[in-house]
Amino acid sequence: MTVNDILDILDATAIAGKSGLDNEVLTACGSDMMSDVLAFAKTQCVLLTGLCNPQVIRTAEMMDIVAIIFVRGKTPDETMIKMADEMGLPIVVTSHRMFSSCGLLYEHGLRGGIIDG
Amino acid sequence: MADLMELNYTVSNEDFTRAGEASSDVKKKLKQLGVSPDAIRKVAIALYEGEINMIIHAYGGKIKVTISENAITLVLADKGPGIADVEKAMQAGYSTAPDKVRSLGFGAGMGLPNMKKNSDQMDIQTEIGVGTTVTMVINI
Ligand SMILES: Nc1ncnc2c1ncn2[C@@H]1O[C@H](COP(=O)(O)OP(=O)(O)O)[C@@H](O)[C@H]1O
Ligand SMILES: [Mg+2]
Repeated sequence: MTVNDILDILDATAIAGKSGLDNEVLTACGSDMMSDVLAFAKTQCVLLTGLCNPQVIRTAEMMDIVAIIFVRGKTPDETMIKMADEMGLPIVVTSHRMFSSCGLLYEHGLRGGIIDG
Repeated sequence: MADLMELNYTVSNEDFTRAGEASSDVKKKLKQLGVSPDAIRKVAIALYEGEINMIIHAYGGKIKVTISENAITLVLADKGPGIADVEKAMQAGYSTAPDKVRSLGFGAGMGLPNMKKNSDQMDIQTEIGVGTTVTMVINI
């Protein structure tokens, strides 16, 4: 699955980092707690979150997240968009809620990482 | 063992939106130096959680990163309130962070355990009312 596929699946819009839309996605992680993301996100992972602040972009940068999906129509501000554009990090906005967004991606074959303790 | 490079940062606690800028810069520099992705990931996670801690639990502080042939050493020093019970602070889920911090996506009590998990050595020197210095070594 690529970020572009996710746009279709979630009726989502890409609003930043469009240079990365062909990035391959292998796993997903859904959380509003950035510490959880820093502890559990796997490689080539997309981050689904309802939290909308610059620390989400920083966390994604630190973890080499493939794309950020803001659920419930959360829209990042100018600062965040600029950060993401500079990193080539796609930001995707969907009006679906967290549970439905995760469910839709799961239905299309995307999985979370394997728990390694 | 010769030090190849030393990086220094001052972390301010005034603007939370800028938290992580030091970690971001370190990550970029390590990439330029050709450090392995695995080591970069460990440094990025450990340093970012540490940087956030100096902002949310202290009043900002100083970060020194030393890159040598075999290891990257991260020293995070603050003049904050200190940690009363380090053993307790190291437990997953233990946090004294206020709700405001939690609403920003931190304060789950996962920072220190994750910093330890990602470093090959970690040491905390702390004194109440004086400050905290966290030293982490990541082998490369
Ligand atoms: N630099 C620091 N100065 C003072 N207290 C700290 C510092 N770092 C951590 N602590 C204390 O240790 C606790 C646990 O830290 P951590 O595991 O990072 O969780 P969190 O930051 O989510 O609270 C914090 O809630 C705080 O009480
Ligand atoms: Mg913390």
